[in-house]
Amino acid sequence: MTNGPIEFDDLQFDVLREVGNIGAGHAATALSQLINKEIDMKVPSVTVLPIDEIAESVGGAENVVVAIFLRIQGDVPGNMFFVLTLESAKNLAQQMGLDSPDENFTEMEISALSELGNILSGSYLSSLSDFTQLNMQPSVPSIAIDMAGAILSYGLIEISRSGDYALMIDTSFLGDEEQVTGHFFLLPDPESFDTLFSALGIRR
Amino acid sequence: MSTVIKVGMADLNVALSPDKLRTTGLGSCVGVVLYDRVTKVAGMAHVMLPSSQLAKNNNNPAKFADTAIPLLIKNMEELGASKHRFVAKMAGGAQMFSFSTGGDAMRIGDRNVKACKEILEREKIRIVAEDTGGNFGRTIEVDADTGVLTIKTVNQGMKEV
Repeated sequence: MTNGPIEFDDLQFDVLREVGNIGAGHAATALSQLINKEIDMKVPSVTVLPIDEIAESVGGAENVVVAIFLRIQGDVPGNMFFVLTLESAKNLAQQMGLDSPDENFTEMEISALSELGNILSGSYLSSLSDFTQLNMQPSVPSIAIDMAGAILSYGLIEISRSGDYALMIDTSFLGDEEQVTGHFFLLPDPESFDTLFSALGIRR
Repeated sequence: MSTVIKVGMADLNVALSPDKLRTTGLGSCVGVVLYDRVTKVAGMAHVMLPSSQLAKNNNNPAKFADTAIPLLIKNMEELGASKHRFVAKMAGGAQMFSFSTGGDAMRIGDRNVKACKEILEREKIRIVAEDTGGNFGRTIEVDADTGVLTIKTVNQGMKEV
């Protein structure tokens, strides 16, 4: 094994983009129903990037974000993050009926956001699981409000044992006149790709 | 004018006075800082995993406690620093998420801290300051002129050690 980037061909990138599309599409619908607002999803970006740059798409390693993390177990082990800006998280909490004047997050807000992350990630994974016929079991979600680098690096521990690059399926969404923006990050463990590709009928 | 030299994730670097070394967003990773006050040489490693023995690929020595620290020592000595004068400071090793279940991978922060301490002990380098554990991220910066390590957090304020 080399230290260089994981190599994929165009077809494989397309398939992974579709994976992001399906998963995040279902999650966005779930979110839209939950807050009764229209949510637009962007085309997923699938990138192989140095682990050091993982936080760039959410404003850099020091930028403070709200993130719900869960570990995926089963046929395709990996990590999943649902990341929101602080402002978006506040707005979402408000949409869910919680109105706190405080700039900090209350326990109720944290609990509601955590549950929201649970529902959305669950919907992402179950649609993916239906599509691929693979077993994907999410762990109980855990929430953190902190520097993006500190949070996302946690999802790289398994990956970093095999190299310095990670494949990230990133789908961002925008809703409620741009009051809510967020990202779904799916970071499959390196050994998951073979399973994923063969379930979708393509070979590595 | 002093320059701030960036240390990335799974990376290490050295600096001479008046420059500074900085690494951002340490979560379960550990920032290890070595300093020689006579030659004013500082070194910083952003360690991600405890041991290169556990890796499927260990081409990047800066990633692992057992390979990063010896390399950091070597790079500092090349700048004229002397290992017998080195003191160490450490920050990071947090547990960002709490899980009721979960194996060793979930406690990676603790394991990183332990591994760094073992290697420093083996290299006979005294740890003079430590800010590890907790459930929050840290950004650290060391000034090669003074050896002072500044630790910034989101909710726990800022401190110098």
